[in-house]
Amino acid sequence: MTEWGLAALVVWPLLWGALTLVMPVRWAALPGVLGGVFFGTWVLTWAPQSVALGGWLPPLGLSWRLDGVSQFMIALVAWVGGLSSLYAWWDRSLPSAFWGLWLGVWAAMNALLLTADVFHFYVTLELLSVAAVALVALTPGPAATRAAFRYLLVSLTGSMLFLLGVALLYGRYGVLDMLLLRDAMQGDGITALALAVMTLGLMAKAAVFPLHGWLPQAHAKAQTVVSAVLSALVIKAGLYGLLRLWLDLFAPLTSQPDSQAGWVLALLGTVAIFWGGYQAFRTPALKPLVAWSTVAQVGVLVLALALMVEATTRDSDGLTETLWRGWVWLVAAHALAKAGWFLAAGTVQKRAGETRLAGLGVALQRSPLSVFAMALAVVSLAGLPLSMGFLGKWWLLSLAWELQAWLWLAVSLLGSLLTLAYGWRVLNLGLSTGHGAEPLTPQAPLQTVPTRLDAVALILSALSVLGALGGYWYWEAGA
Amino acid sequence: MNEVVYLYGALGVVLIGFYGLARAGHVLQQLLAVNVMGAGVFMLLLALATRHTPADAVPQALVLTGIVVAISTLALGLALIRRLAVEARQAEKRSDQEALHD
Amino acid sequence: MSQSIWPWLVLMTSALPGLVIFFIPETRRTLRSLLNVGAALVKLQLVGLLLLGLYAGESYHWQLPLLPGLTLSLKVDALAGLFLILSAVLWLLTTLYAIGYLEHSPHRSRFFGFFSLCVSATAGVAMSANLFTFVVFYELLTLATWPLVVHRGTPQALAAGRVYLRYTLVSGSVLLLGAVTLHALVGTPEFVPGGYVSDADVAQVWLWAVFVLLLIGLGVKAALVPLHGWLPRAMVAPAPVSALLHAVAVVKAGAFGIVRVMFEVFGIEFAADLGMADLLLGLAALTIVYGSWRALFESDLKKRLAFSTVSQVSYVALGVALAGPLGAIGGLIHIVHQGVMKITLFLAAGNYAETLGVHKVSELSGVGRRMPWTTAAFTLGALGMIGFPPLAGFVSKWYLGLGAWEAEANWVLAVLLVSGLLNAAYFLPLLYRAWFESPPAQWPQAQRLSRVFETHALLLFPPLVTASLVVLLGVLAGLNVTSLGWVQWLVKREFAL
Repeated sequence: MTEWGLAALVVWPLLWGALTLVMPVRWAALPGVLGGVFFGTWVLTWAPQSVALGGWLPPLGLSWRLDGVSQFMIALVAWVGGLSSLYAWWDRSLPSAFWGLWLGVWAAMNALLLTADVFHFYVTLELLSVAAVALVALTPGPAATRAAFRYLLVSLTGSMLFLLGVALLYGRYGVLDMLLLRDAMQGDGITALALAVMTLGLMAKAAVFPLHGWLPQAHAKAQTVVSAVLSALVIKAGLYGLLRLWLDLFAPLTSQPDSQAGWVLALLGTVAIFWGGYQAFRTPALKPLVAWSTVAQVGVLVLALALMVEATTRDSDGLTETLWRGWVWLVAAHALAKAGWFLAAGTVQKRAGETRLAGLGVALQRSPLSVFAMALAVVSLAGLPLSMGFLGKWWLLSLAWELQAWLWLAVSLLGSLLTLAYGWRVLNLGLSTGHGAEPLTPQAPLQTVPTRLDAVALILSALSVLGALGGYWYWEAGA
Repeated sequence: MNEVVYLYGALGVVLIGFYGLARAGHVLQQLLAVNVMGAGVFMLLLALATRHTPADAVPQALVLTGIVVAISTLALGLALIRRLAVEARQAEKRSDQEALHD
Repeated sequence: MSQSIWPWLVLMTSALPGLVIFFIPETRRTLRSLLNVGAALVKLQLVGLLLLGLYAGESYHWQLPLLPGLTLSLKVDALAGLFLILSAVLWLLTTLYAIGYLEHSPHRSRFFGFFSLCVSATAGVAMSANLFTFVVFYELLTLATWPLVVHRGTPQALAAGRVYLRYTLVSGSVLLLGAVTLHALVGTPEFVPGGYVSDADVAQVWLWAVFVLLLIGLGVKAALVPLHGWLPRAMVAPAPVSALLHAVAVVKAGAFGIVRVMFEVFGIEFAADLGMADLLLGLAALTIVYGSWRALFESDLKKRLAFSTVSQVSYVALGVALAGPLGAIGGLIHIVHQGVMKITLFLAAGNYAETLGVHKVSELSGVGRRMPWTTAAFTLGALGMIGFPPLAGFVSKWYLGLGAWEAEANWVLAVLLVSGLLNAAYFLPLLYRAWFESPPAQWPQAQRLSRVFETHALLLFPPLVTASLVVLLGVLAGLNVTSLGWVQWLVKREFAL
């Protein structure tokens, strides 16, 4: 039964996505989204399992694997995706091509999270990139096209590097299934090279510093809801890949006690935290600010990965429950908060007809729900209590403490303060009444934008805060 | 012996693609450079297939799939380039008209 | 452990109305006020019941596990009760005052929403039963007060808010770091009289590190020198906010946290053995003298009161750091007494500003003739601060003095004496000016706010009530039902007397 369910996770959105081309768009999109949320929630009740597609067993056949990580990630995609779809449903300025592409992204995400075959992983990555690039290109105008093209180039290069690694692995071990590969893994040069190029490829997709250059433009220029799903979900595909590579597939290599490779990741994460935070603090417009914040938050997730890798070098338990649950929790906190923030930011910009922060004062004050949504998002991203981000940060700090990694401990604390600093820029403007030097006069009359759009953003941000109450359930559910 | 030539040749093509991407000034060149890189990777896979007799079927299947994927991404890239060109022309026209109005 | 819903209810009686108030349209003044005052009354009732139950030996405990080994835990114990009743009484009065004060200003729904959340966070700080929960509510308090500090939205207000956030958020991170470190060393059990780290097998240097981190984290809100810089600047906030920040919420949360950490994390005897109490004692003494000294030279009335707060709040830390039962009584009781006195002063200062436009000390000449009731309240508050018997402040200082004597720390007696003299030096001239100098021909910005009273009725009564509390808490200190009786009971348990 659940085998069909697994297939439905991918086929259902793909099918309805394709049908949007031949049916009235919203008629096809509605069942696609509802089914996606339904299956994506149901997946939480299924037992972890491996499925050989079509009865073909590895090494020849493709296999899918549902484990704790993929279960929760799929559910995350379903919920963030479902709420973002609600926003898109009410956002009348969105071209109808959105729905087919978005359902394609959804299907590709689910397939990517399920697959246990490195080559199939490459295919899903590529599918995801194509759909995501097309989503960026939905925005009219040369700036968006340029951003989309740059995104495509980086993404393609990343995929090619990943495929190169796949080829190297196949040449060395003759199998593509992740479990078989892991069991055969040796610590030789070819394997290390494969790890290096695959990591590089995924880093480009996930916008890990220094390969983040494409992200601020692509995410800032995209349609509001597109920015939200790209930042919240699509870049997580690359990060999920890094998790699988470093803590699962190449674990025999990366968890050797003398392995120092994790520190490189930690260093890149650190630089990303500071550079992204700094740029977010000084960029003049709202959506680029949120996009730069993504660069910084990706840094946090990479730093967490590095600490996890370091943890596996200290003891031989591998990827323990505590480790992956903590990381997926952080990912979820970021996804919910970032989706909420982007949706709120986009709504305010629409209302103001303006992107520069300096011109948003009046629109911010007329959008209390959005300001509230942004405030909650900042709270969760910065790890202030009581939010999902806070519990995630507590986990991260405890992990750093256990590893006696004082430097990274300090980095994650400073990163939180930096998050507050750039979040403050926006919220401060929302509270300003502008007596004195700069009176708050709108450049143009405010556009009418329905309040329910603000409400959707608020729901997402509120979830990233209130989700903390489900912490115990989440941590104890599998234990 | 042949195999080694192909293997290193393939890696060489990948590096050429990289170099091209880094140096390319035009969007079309950039897109082509990525494709050259892809060709290198496919060549690597095929070279690996020849190590067995009869040739290993899996890499061939992978390459076929890869080519399909590469063609569709290439198409998307070309479409974007075309749109860039159109939009650039429109922008030019607009600025001409504005110049006339001034 | 059985779950009791009461602590949760105490939180919700202000949090839920707060959230609802956000959505009440600006113009629905009556509805909003009813909700505000109603919630405050219900909360007062609840806290009163809890105190009675507590005295009868009941215990109230509510827990929500969040992570394995980490629980959000609320408990009403004697110490929590002390802070709760203070915040509940003063919240009611400040709310009434704020309704009158903000009659015609914009964004009232936002203001009262955050005002209520701020009180919830304070209640949470009071009821936190472990360090983790304390950190949670301590940070929530920061978040809820920031919009209040910048409420006016002027560039000065925003600048003050920026300073406020810088101090509080950085210190919040430090506090979090301390809590995580302690969690990694000994876990996060419940607060327990006598502390829980003394029997753990942990190197002293780590305990010292944790202590310093926690002290920095708490010291910013408690305005310990040199971490006090935000407090005088936060004075641009509306008067009820200043009153709340100074008397009840923020500085008290810091002081209260110091009490919890010294008594129920480290244990006061253990802290004294390691020398931590001496560090705290030194800092507190420095702060007391420095704050009073600075207050002497402030020409702005609210700023003078702010530096006075810096000085007075450290009496709490001083009493705790004396590490004896008598000093502890003095310190703990000052949590209540300083709150009542300082809120009187701030509300009166707000009345001067609102009714006459008087902001500077120099403009106070003859204000006693124009506003005798307000000035009477102000006078009682000021005399209480100086420590005139039989007012509330005298009781605190008496016990602090006894505690210093008991601890054979004669220099602390000198500090108390110097501070008392400085208090007199910055309050008495002001009282003289208010009562005995002749009023100016025209006040800076006079408004007629009431036909019957000297100012708006809602502005007048709250300070009068708190001023009478200043008297009653002093005069009736011998009775069991007042703050002194409660604190004596509490301290007996801490020191197992």
